[in-house]
Amino acid sequence: MKRLINLTINDKVYEIAAEPNRTLVDLLRYDLGLTGTKKGCELGDCGSCTVIMDGKPVNSCLLLAVQANGREITTIEGVETDDGLHPIQQAFVEKGAIQCGFCSSGMILSGKALLDRNPNPDEADIRKAISGNLCRCTGYQKIVEALLVSGQ
Amino acid sequence: MLLPKFDFYEPTTIEEACQIMAEFRTKAKLIAGGTDLMVNMKHRLISPEHLISISRLDELKKLDSSNGVVKIGACFTVADLADSEVIGKKLSALRAGARALGSPLIRNLATIGGNLGSARPAADLPPSLMAYNAKVVLKKSSGERTVSLNNFFRGPGLTEIQPDEILTEIQVETPPPYTGAGYINLGVRMAQDCNLVNAASLIASDGPGGVIKSARIVMGCVGPTHLRASSAEKLLIGEKPSEELFAKAGEAAMKDCSPIDDFRGSAEYKKAMVGVLTKRTLGIAYDEILN
Repeated sequence: MKRLINLTINDKVYEIAAEPNRTLVDLLRYDLGLTGTKKGCELGDCGSCTVIMDGKPVNSCLLLAVQANGREITTIEGVETDDGLHPIQQAFVEKGAIQCGFCSSGMILSGKALLDRNPNPDEADIRKAISGNLCRCTGYQKIVEALLVSGQ
Repeated sequence: MLLPKFDFYEPTTIEEACQIMAEFRTKAKLIAGGTDLMVNMKHRLISPEHLISISRLDELKKLDSSNGVVKIGACFTVADLADSEVIGKKLSALRAGARALGSPLIRNLATIGGNLGSARPAADLPPSLMAYNAKVVLKKSSGERTVSLNNFFRGPGLTEIQPDEILTEIQVETPPPYTGAGYINLGVRMAQDCNLVNAASLIASDGPGGVIKSARIVMGCVGPTHLRASSAEKLLIGEKPSEELFAKAGEAAMKDCSPIDDFRGSAEYKKAMVGVLTKRTLGIAYDEILN
């Protein structure tokens, strides 16, 4: 039986009926059309489904939508502002940190969660923060550089 | 990858959760962080008819370190363990285990209770908790019991928890002065990897530079459950800590384990690494005593 849940996604409040076995990533992609959140392994290994929940980055493929009831979610669609790209997104473009783009949403959100907590991280902090996000193009160096620039 | 269908319950008290577990027993599973359960359900290894979420029970998220006992709620997240000053100060080897577990994304969801309840022989939190001689509280409608973590694991995925019981709390007596502990995990990657071998050691001495009064060494990935290196522990008692002694203990620990060959590594290699990790974790433990 579907359950009625309330979610705040990118500062917008949603009231949605969700099946208990609906994962948050499927709710975002299929019920709300927010396809910026990607599905890779669906087992919590790759990090392409990363969203920020109550300030913390999590794998949305391992989270039931009903468990996210009442929480505040940020997806990649909520990172850009009216003024344009978020500084992290801009840094990814300028540093060539986007190759195929599949990991970018997760990388940017893991990076954003780190920078929100620690505005001036060093390289080790950054590598640790994105250690749950895999880049299949292996473009880690430029991603780290982009996040280093974003922090300065 | 779709999840099997199930009924979802979100009790608002532990008592209510216990009642639901008592009613559905083996047809129900508890969910907290879900990082292990969701994967097993997606693989259809388990398809519980009922899922009981305890992730919103605030009583299970507390950390209390008064009266000489560190009490950690079962739903305390691994990320909070890794960041906790209290844990870092009093149970540094547990913090090392929490920092080594999964990835930041996993740690933000995964809970200490889940890491114990899932009973994986390669898990990151049991070695240090067993070395600290932790106890777990198992609650059911008609009462509760306390079980030593050293008697808790029964096999891969199997524990002392009965179908109507809920693991609610982990209790660790604050280690006395001149006690130190260390934890190391070895894997192919730094994150997101199943451990190849892990180990934790704890030693207590009667003063700075004194002899070892008690020792507990726990090895992971080298048996159906985490194992104690009993002969290595015995060898340490009454001796003065030294590099040579720790190396000897490592050699003894190699005989206390029973690893298997698998795609992660050969039994011979894992055994050798038990020796190395035992020696090194004893070194970390001794450094903690000295500092």
